Amino acid sequence: MNHGTLLQVEGVDKSFTQGSPILSDLHLCVDAHQFVAIVGASGCGKSTLLRLIAGLESPDSGTISVDHEHIDYVFQDPALLPWRTLRQNVSLSLELQLGSIASYEQIDNAISLVGLSEHVNKYPHELSGGMRMRTALARSLALRPSLYLFDEPFSALDEITRENLNYELHALHSHRDFGAVFVTHNIAEAVFLSDRIHVMSAAKDGGSTITAEVSVDFGKNRQPSLRYETPFVEKCREVHEIMSSVVA
Amino acid sequence: MTSSLRSRIIPPVIIFGLFIALWYLVSTALLPTHKQFLLPRPDVVVTDAFFVWSDGNQRGMKTILRSLWNTTFIAVVGLAITSVIGIGVALTMSLSRWAERAAWPYLVAIQAAPIIALTPLIRALIDSYATQRLLVVVLIAFFPITSATLFGLTSVPRSQHDFFTVHHANRYVRLKKLQIPHAVPSMFLGLRTSAGLAVIGAVVGDFYFRGGGKVGIGAQIDLYRAQLWGPELIAAVIMASLLGIFLFLLFTWFGNKATSKWHQPTTR
Repeated sequence: MNHGTLLQVEGVDKSFTQGSPILSDLHLCVDAHQFVAIVGASGCGKSTLLRLIAGLESPDSGTISVDHEHIDYVFQDPALLPWRTLRQNVSLSLELQLGSIASYEQIDNAISLVGLSEHVNKYPHELSGGMRMRTALARSLALRPSLYLFDEPFSALDEITRENLNYELHALHSHRDFGAVFVTHNIAEAVFLSDRIHVMSAAKDGGSTITAEVSVDFGKNRQPSLRYETPFVEKCREVHEIMSSVVA
Repeated sequence: MTSSLRSRIIPPVIIFGLFIALWYLVSTALLPTHKQFLLPRPDVVVTDAFFVWSDGNQRGMKTILRSLWNTTFIAVVGLAITSVIGIGVALTMSLSRWAERAAWPYLVAIQAAPIIALTPLIRALIDSYATQRLLVVVLIAFFPITSATLFGLTSVPRSQHDFFTVHHANRYVRLKKLQIPHAVPSMFLGLRTSAGLAVIGAVVGDFYFRGGGKVGIGAQIDLYRAQLWGPELIAAVIMASLLGIFLFLLFTWFGNKATSKWHQPTTR
């Protein structure tokens, strides 16, 4: 793996049952500070790819080079522990990684970054869906990983909350400059957040692979109003046309 | 009175009223006159049993309460032993699929085994009457606490397990920080079911294992039945039932105290 490369996926194949491949000859490279979105139809293996990268599944063949000590996974479900308060949930990743918490400063900083400082003593059932997702985000931010894996983290939220969280995540990325692989089936979300979009679709010999790549050059300081500007809409259309052609 | 308090109190009061009415109906109208001693009227039970402290001949509340205390002691100690063993077995089963597969048939068999068939074996193996009764309590109350705890330990959502896997949590950390806290509501659900069964076990133990100078409510019920002392018999049965209800409510309260801040049970 080259210096400055956070993730290198080379020729990965994965099947869950004999004869029905999920992923086929998949290649992906993510450099430091890069925000990469993966889009594709439901069931095409996007989440499986993330699970392989996180080490939750093993590939049948091919290699995945990543530093597992410096990645974190933000799940579709916030995966908060209901018996822990917001603050205790955020501290969990550090507790697991380091064994104990030396200082709560790092945790409180992460909570403040997602704007939940007022709610630190609340339990998950007292938080809205958006606040729970922000808590999951803070839990990852506290760890300061170099690579984030996002598995459709905002898919269960309403459109307005989703757009707000997109903007907050983009601001955090600009601030922290981490690398990210963001899986979504929402094209506008992928365009707003990423530097590069990979489209996953069926490979020639079964399974799915990355069949197209689109770069997104809207810079580091994207504002919510970007969504209504013509270049943004055109980029969305471009990705949409690619996806439509590969699905057809 | 608030509407929620009203909705909690009124239904049991209505059912209690219907129960008393049914009791009067059976004891005065449905039973033939010469058999009415089998189920005395509620007012007769109150005046002849609950309002009599002692007649010096095993009748009255003094005897009933003393035997109830002996049964309570066996039920509570038995429940404590059952909880320790049951939770320990559930933890072991949750850690090893092999142990889980191996133990399940025996757990079900223990629950289904008729205690009467085991009494000669228990007598032959154990000398102490108290230990014999405790064993009956454990055998009867063991299954709910074990199966409910195991369910809680093994039903953690996949995403939470994945989170621990991504952060390289070992088996001990996963058990301590994830599975055990997740199992607490189920554990209390099992405990309150086992608490009711522990009283049944203690009463059944009283029936089959008498001696050691400690007469339990089960043995007392048997005596009243043999002597055809209807009011005392009914009073003793009511007291044994109240003990079961008390333990059930106690563990419901403990469970609510332990989890009410974060656990949101499904409501209708």
